[in-house]
Amino acid sequence: MNCEECHEREASLHFTKIINGEKTEFHICEHCAKEKGEFLPGSNSFSIHQLLSGLLHGDGHVPNTPSSNFIPPSLSCEKCGMSYYQFAKIGRFGCDNCYKAFDSKLNPIFKRVHGGNTLHAGKIPLRAGSSIQEKKQLQQLKQAMQQYILNEEFEKAAETRDVIREIEHRLQQGRDT
Amino acid sequence: MSLERFISDAISPWMKREGPESDIVLSSRVRLARNIQQYVFPIAADKESAHEVIASISSCMNEEKDAAESEKLEMLMMEELKPVQKRVLVEKHLISPNLAEQAKYGAVLMNADESVSIMLNEEDHIRIQCLAPGLQLEEVLGKANEMDDLIEKNVDYAFDEKRGYLTSCPTNVGTGLRASIMMHLPALVLTKKISRIIPAINQLGLAVRGIYGEGTEAQGNIFQISNQMTLGKSEEDIMEDLAGVVMQVIQQERSARKQLQDGLKLQLEDKLFRSLGTLENCRIIQSKEAAKCLSDVRLGIDLEILPGISKTILNELMILTQPGFLQQYAGEVLTPEERDIRRATLIRERIKLENR
Repeated sequence: MNCEECHEREASLHFTKIINGEKTEFHICEHCAKEKGEFLPGSNSFSIHQLLSGLLHGDGHVPNTPSSNFIPPSLSCEKCGMSYYQFAKIGRFGCDNCYKAFDSKLNPIFKRVHGGNTLHAGKIPLRAGSSIQEKKQLQQLKQAMQQYILNEEFEKAAETRDVIREIEHRLQQGRDT
Repeated sequence: MSLERFISDAISPWMKREGPESDIVLSSRVRLARNIQQYVFPIAADKESAHEVIASISSCMNEEKDAAESEKLEMLMMEELKPVQKRVLVEKHLISPNLAEQAKYGAVLMNADESVSIMLNEEDHIRIQCLAPGLQLEEVLGKANEMDDLIEKNVDYAFDEKRGYLTSCPTNVGTGLRASIMMHLPALVLTKKISRIIPAINQLGLAVRGIYGEGTEAQGNIFQISNQMTLGKSEEDIMEDLAGVVMQVIQQERSARKQLQDGLKLQLEDKLFRSLGTLENCRIIQSKEAAKCLSDVRLGIDLEILPGISKTILNELMILTQPGFLQQYAGEVLTPEERDIRRATLIRERIKLENR
């Protein structure tokens, strides 16, 4: 049999690729295999994404509780339309909103890929950074306001409410510009 | 085109400088993966939004008009390049094979000395890459952060408090940072110590690969060490962990070189001189043999066994003797046999250029 790449030399390497039950065969000579190593189906095409995809399907060796393993067929991202099944198959997110849409499934995946970590500890973008700080502040103020109301300290609650409105207004403006 | 001219065009200007630990570390690289919040990721994008990504980045780069001439970035659209031109960019490590072959509406921005390249519409909207010779992790991270901040002035990044920078692949989320060090480790391979060192490095959450990245064996004893984890550690910690391991590998390689020189001096000299002889006299040479001989010659230069040859010869010829460059030099498409002949000619001519 001749090599499928150069059609000159005898094919000495024979590959069979089976992905999801679909079988493909390749026959090439050693020379072409070396030259074309990076393009060869079967060498590089078994990529990190396929490896990941195995993990995402939950058929790995990490025990999962049946409830966390159950994925409703309707689980999909409303921004890009990607379903969890598609994500699990290709191992890549379609947009930033996928992270929110599939959030309940992601911690085990991140733990496996990132040595047990699930939370970011690095750089924060300058622009988003200030609004993230403000959002945190907003949350704290809202909690404080609830506490004032429970304590019947209505004057302080009103003051806090005004501060909250001011920050919300500023965040809204930041979004509009 | 003369050989000198071809080489000077082919080798990125940053590669001609010499960096720290350059007897072992060939280059340092940092890559940051970023996405723009308002658009879906390239994998799900249509033509329109892909073009908008390119337009928004190129316009924000043009706004930085006061940048020095050397810092100006030139844009190349993938669809306007010939396959051989793309292959040359891949062989120079300026773009990824993925951008060259698969990306829809891909583009790359590069600065004049090619130490900064920004890929657009690869797996993520934006991939900032910075390169430097030798071991210079802090410098390349600093440069990449600079480019990152510049872009961020004009676009909203896809960022989440909890998960950090959001990327298309879950393996890049968080910092989006991949730092890698390219190292020449001939003595560790010769003494077979490398087979114990690689698993140890892997256990520390770092990856060791051959020169062409994922899934290929090392050619010419060149290995790339990079971080695997991007989530849960700060950029500085990632770099510190990588630098720590790299320094240890450097020490190991140096002591293996000394061991060879002390115990097997004649055998080592014989091997290195034979490789030089092969390169000086070959008429047909395959890339694997060329890489092996070039590695030997480079080791000979570092150990001062083969004096009078410039240090950059390994980096230069490793790049120049790849299929894309050979075909560009020849000005035509070559069969594998023709390439082996061209490769031999090019190596012989290049060695003749040395003043010996």
